[in-house]
Amino acid sequence: MNKARSNPLNTTLMHGALILYTLIALFPVFVILINSFKTRKAIFREPLALPNSESFSLIGYETVLKQGDFFLYFQNSFIVTVASLFFVLLFGAMAAFALSEYRFKGNTLMGLYLALGIMIPIRIGTVAILEMMVATGLVNTLWALILVYTAQGLPLAVFILSEFMRNVSDDLKNAGRIDGLSEYAIFFKLALPLVRPAMATVAVFNMIPIWNDLWFPLILAPAEEVKTLTLGSQVFIGQFVTNWNAVLSALSMAIIPVLILYVIFSRQLIRGITSGAVK
Amino acid sequence: MTALTLRNVNKSFGDVHVLKDINIDIEDGEFVVFVGPSGCGKSTLLRVIAGLEDASSGEVRIGDDLVNTTPPSKRGIAMVFQSYALYPHLNVRKNMTLALKQEKQPKEVIEERVSEASRMLNLEDYLERYPSELSGGQRQRVAIGRAIVRHPRLFLFDEPLSNLDAALRMNTRIEIANLHAQLSASMIYVTHDQTEAMTLADKIVVLRDGRVEQVGSPMELYNNPANKFVAGFLGSPAMNFLPASVLGEDGSHTIGIRPEDLKASGSGPLKATVRHVEELGGDTNVVAEMDGHTITVRMFGQFPVKQGEALSLTAPEDRRYRFDASGGRITS
Ligand SMILES: Nc1ncnc2c1ncn2[C@@H]1O[C@H](COP(=O)(O)OP(=O)(O)OP(=O)(O)O)[C@@H](O)[C@H]1O
Ligand SMILES: [Mg+2]
Repeated sequence: MNKARSNPLNTTLMHGALILYTLIALFPVFVILINSFKTRKAIFREPLALPNSESFSLIGYETVLKQGDFFLYFQNSFIVTVASLFFVLLFGAMAAFALSEYRFKGNTLMGLYLALGIMIPIRIGTVAILEMMVATGLVNTLWALILVYTAQGLPLAVFILSEFMRNVSDDLKNAGRIDGLSEYAIFFKLALPLVRPAMATVAVFNMIPIWNDLWFPLILAPAEEVKTLTLGSQVFIGQFVTNWNAVLSALSMAIIPVLILYVIFSRQLIRGITSGAVK
Repeated sequence: MTALTLRNVNKSFGDVHVLKDINIDIEDGEFVVFVGPSGCGKSTLLRVIAGLEDASSGEVRIGDDLVNTTPPSKRGIAMVFQSYALYPHLNVRKNMTLALKQEKQPKEVIEERVSEASRMLNLEDYLERYPSELSGGQRQRVAIGRAIVRHPRLFLFDEPLSNLDAALRMNTRIEIANLHAQLSASMIYVTHDQTEAMTLADKIVVLRDGRVEQVGSPMELYNNPANKFVAGFLGSPAMNFLPASVLGEDGSHTIGIRPEDLKASGSGPLKATVRHVEELGGDTNVVAEMDGHTITVRMFGQFPVKQGEALSLTAPEDRRYRFDASGGRITS
């Protein structure tokens, strides 16, 4: 092991800094969580106090669950996020593989074109996208959101993944070709497992903005049966009165699926790093 | 029967003309070594034979079949790579059986071939391990095993030993020689290691800048090089080249003489000064300067020569190789 890293002072400092950062990062989440279990009065009187027998209340959760469609929103958000991530990773990895593996005319140009989207926010095209969705009849479907988020995530995914794809050993791919694997098999069985850490990174990067997005659900899919969680929770935030119990409870529940997805991806990440690649 | 025939094979990457009119015939069961300096196109030639690159023009025949448009897996070849290129997520057994499963071979055949190959290569204890759990030498043996199980018509090796340390390299070299004897298969082996080339080859193909310089058995090339390049490339230490005038000859431009053919004797006509001595125990290499030219003298056994000492040398007439100004050999 490297010397600087095993030095006890350094280790302590490093852990101290990390713990401090963790506390700062988790504090808002913690506040949301404890307040979601308190009565409205208690929330405003002592926002930082833990719920006790007097202030404890599940009224927020009851409101949210009684709202009825909450599980539907939840499901919609989940479907949209997972499907978008799936397509971003699949098409991103495929494009990255093609760009790094095959020599064809305009290869570099194509790479630049695909990366262009990193610099141009997709929201600029909202009007055009809406027109397109109307024309294709996709407004108020989950597909509208999935397609838009896939497009939004692809540029960065292609950019990151093609860098990693280039590092996949040529000999390995050639060994596959000699052993009779098709190009698809080489992509799915040899290249993909080796870039899994990069894929996990891309997934984590893309997941949060998609889950939290309010803009496109509001514009492309505001109908009741396709509302996402973020959009659905807005009913509790009024112009004059806000049902804080409900908002905090909805937010607390919204964290769970993201947390699960994150745990899945980060385990992939670690497994990818430790699986011992080519040599 | 011929195992491989190349006819006027050319390969260009865009403007870069890498292989130029390659013509090679390889007989069944022959062990052929491609040697040449780095970047001369050895790997590219091997990849063209394997079908990993298409030849820009020319014919590639394996056995009697024209294979220019045949995909690598259907050419009846197997290849061993310098970086081993084992599938990291498959264990040793599955690494070896993948190609056979791809060919839809029956289970018993696969089973038998794996046990045959693992016996030959002493891999029986490692079949369930993953590549990351093996040493470099074991990985290389797995890579060779993966080639053997396919019973290919032609084995292709691209510098298979260059990642191994010296002792292991020698062992594996001997194993490969034994394998060749056991399997009596045709093999093509790329290396830039002299010793591997000389010891393994039935036939050596010397390449330079994408051209075949000379083809022949190791001793043919050593004793009878066609030109200055081949003469200088094979042999270690390399052949000495001196302007003909230094040796008092005319009719040729350069004269080559191998380090072991220069004899130190008190009455030798050539006077040199010792610059550096390498004592290897078995022989002694003396680097000396003669009329401003650096020469190497290889003496068998141990000699007590010191730096700065004067040396008298003879260069026997019949051991001299004569070359013209363009490097071609003059034989008469
Ligand atoms: N894909 C490619 N595109 C362009 N040029 C290439 C490509 N592959 C190889 N070359 C060029 O072809 C020449 C021969 O390369 P090759 O790898 O065959 O050399 P080599 O003889 O195997 O060298 P070494 O002993 O270092 O492995 C080199 O000059 C190289 O730059
Ligand atoms: Mg090479």
